[in-house]
Amino acid sequence: MELIKAGTKFDFVGKMKIAFGISMALIAVSIASVLWHGGLNYGIDFAGGTIVQIKFKQEPATERIRAALQPIGLEGSIIQQYGENEVVVRVAETLADVKQTSEKIQAALSSALGAESFEIRRVEFVGPKVGQDLTKKALLAIFFSWIGMLVYIAFRFEFRYGVGGILALVHDTIITVGALSLLDKEFDLTIVAALLTIIGYSINDTIIVFDRIRENVRKNIKQDLATVINTSINETLSRTILTSLTVFIVLIALFFLGGAVIHDFAFALIVGIVVGTYSSIFIASPVVLAWERYRPSKIKRK
Amino acid sequence: MIKSIRIRVAITVLICLGALFYLTPTLVPNLPDFWKKNLPSDRIHLGLDLQGGMHLVLEVDTEKALEGTAERIASDLKETLMDKRIRFRNIERTKTAIHLELPDPASRGAFDKILKDSYPDMEVAKSETREGRELLTLKIRDKRAEDMKKFAVEQSLETIRNRIDQFGITEPEIMPQGDDRIVVQLPGIKDPGRAKNLIGKTALLEFKMLDEEHSVDEALRGNVPEGSVLARGYRLEPETGRRVEVPYLLKSKTLMTGGALENAQVKISDRFGEPYVALKFNSQGATDFERITGENVKKRLAIVLDNVVHSAPVIQEKISGGNAQITGTFTMDEAKDLAIVLRAGALPAPVIILEERTVGPSLGQDSISKGLWSVAIGGFLVILFMMVYYRWSGVVANSAVLLNMVLLMGTLAAFKATLTLPGIAGIILVIGMAVDANVLIFERVREEIRNGKTPRLAVEAGYGKAFLTILDSNVTTLIAALFLFGFGTGPVKGFAVTLTIGIIASMFTAVFVTRIVFDHFVWNRKIGKISI
Repeated sequence: MELIKAGTKFDFVGKMKIAFGISMALIAVSIASVLWHGGLNYGIDFAGGTIVQIKFKQEPATERIRAALQPIGLEGSIIQQYGENEVVVRVAETLADVKQTSEKIQAALSSALGAESFEIRRVEFVGPKVGQDLTKKALLAIFFSWIGMLVYIAFRFEFRYGVGGILALVHDTIITVGALSLLDKEFDLTIVAALLTIIGYSINDTIIVFDRIRENVRKNIKQDLATVINTSINETLSRTILTSLTVFIVLIALFFLGGAVIHDFAFALIVGIVVGTYSSIFIASPVVLAWERYRPSKIKRK
Repeated sequence: MIKSIRIRVAITVLICLGALFYLTPTLVPNLPDFWKKNLPSDRIHLGLDLQGGMHLVLEVDTEKALEGTAERIASDLKETLMDKRIRFRNIERTKTAIHLELPDPASRGAFDKILKDSYPDMEVAKSETREGRELLTLKIRDKRAEDMKKFAVEQSLETIRNRIDQFGITEPEIMPQGDDRIVVQLPGIKDPGRAKNLIGKTALLEFKMLDEEHSVDEALRGNVPEGSVLARGYRLEPETGRRVEVPYLLKSKTLMTGGALENAQVKISDRFGEPYVALKFNSQGATDFERITGENVKKRLAIVLDNVVHSAPVIQEKISGGNAQITGTFTMDEAKDLAIVLRAGALPAPVIILEERTVGPSLGQDSISKGLWSVAIGGFLVILFMMVYYRWSGVVANSAVLLNMVLLMGTLAAFKATLTLPGIAGIILVIGMAVDANVLIFERVREEIRNGKTPRLAVEAGYGKAFLTILDSNVTTLIAALFLFGFGTGPVKGFAVTLTIGIIASMFTAVFVTRIVFDHFVWNRKIGKISI
């Protein structure tokens, strides 16, 4: 079976300007969304606070939960539906007595709704100090993974390939974050893990195209780079689409079956894989070409 | 590349057996005894998000430990200076520094000598002469302060470990993190609130005399007499059954601390059937207690725990024998926990909970079943796709993916790595990415066949050319995974672990193992056409 017939001759390089335009628009929308929402919707991992996940015997009414929380002054908490008969109560406050917040919520719900009617399934508390720590670590992880890859690609290929690869990654990261922001998804540690996976996946995709370019450049040194890039993307197109497809399949399984905790994680990955596949074809290699036009490589100048 | 197919098969079988060997404890519920004794019997370790439990990050407030030391030194210094008849004024502590005045600058030499001989931990940080008086600020030497902080953390760790051991939790993990943090992991904990109280309680037990010469009301209005402090306690109101707060005025001087205890146990009082905690002092403690009670007959002695007065009985007579008791309005659990913390000793400094993640057992079970379910479905779809798309070659790639799973699980077990929920997501992703290497190879082989090469040459060229690509692309993905591992915490680290192991394993299964099958068919069977 063949999804992509051999010998395709799509003019990807010719579509470069349109692709840049689309990417710029997506990036602009992403940034605008983040700004419009007043920054990212940070989860407690980064913002600090307490979340309590509660499973009720029967479908709980948000209003009754809110009323139950009133005596302890937490009626302003965010109450979110979270799967079947389950809610998550999120408290942003960092009271002096914060370590007792979950116990207070439990006691308040017990006295208002009866201790038998619910079960506390998860409690997470992150103090402001740890929140700052985690934010710093997450940013460092993403930043250093970019640098690490830049160095590796520059070492294995050439510096301009590194630049192309990294720009594609930055592009993927921004657009994925933008998609999360547009849908007002919570930004927490698992999302950072998803971003790093996208980074890893997208670069993997890009490298395979680069690798083919490197091979084809050596084969016909006289051919101009634009043609070589076009041939190479076409030659690897089948593989690019196939692998994205298999990863996409498992992500869909994860998205629908993985449960609430994994849901947003899978969503971020799905966005990232789609954008990553697109950027490997339309962004990474054209950047190499643009760099070449701006500053020709030594081999060509001979 | 090793040429002999036999040797390559042998290597593959060996590695597989190795993985299965480490997996046996996970797969076989009842291991025979000889295995348990002599061979690895660790199952794949489940993270707290899967098996349920509590994860705490605590910070030891080491600054408070220094303040405590400074306070002790200040009061000790006061007595020494009086003994040595050196005149001083206004000795007081702010944070970790001690300020005092010497009205007679000529006594500075004598003072310095005392400091050097008796308080080697302290040094003069600042001194100035104003209107014929010498104003001094003392501080703890930096080197010593560092040691004290480190010691406070070590001791806290030890104390918390003792408390948890006595509370009876299986396989707790308590380890230091960074300079002043302690990570506590309690799998399968039933009552997280109680565990937190037990761990976080400073449990500083002090015996102090009540200040009965001054009025509490006057002190509440802000006129606390020198050498006394206000403290609160609780009393059970008989009519309503509610706890009401009661103020006490205490002498600041601590007569004894919990350090003098040898044991603490829960007892039930004969008269009311209420639980109380019986204290037994060590020999030095017993002597001190006898002297203190002897000197203060008919006065009230306050038993203070973490600055809360638990009871303040009147001393009826000199108490010898080294026994005392803490009564109060306890529930049985509270009394038990109090006995535990008193036995395990006080924390040298207060601890603050920085981070808590508690997952109930039912949620953990849910996550496992959902995770396994999505692995099964996702895996099945990929396998189906590969079979339809690449036919027999797809079957070969699928075996490689299954082998990859075995290796991944075996490695997790062998390295005692922890499987978390994001870790399961990592496994699913590995399934998706593991076939990538084979897709690359197969696409190359197809290309070579289209160019008119024989199966044998096509396989050789396909694997040969795809290898570098696979290496480069996987190394870059590994870079991302390693940074995730380095900076990630808890569950996210679990994701990095499975991703890393999976990628490395896929290099082996997809490149090395599948080639054996192809080589066998194109060399030994000399097939004319590849099903690809």
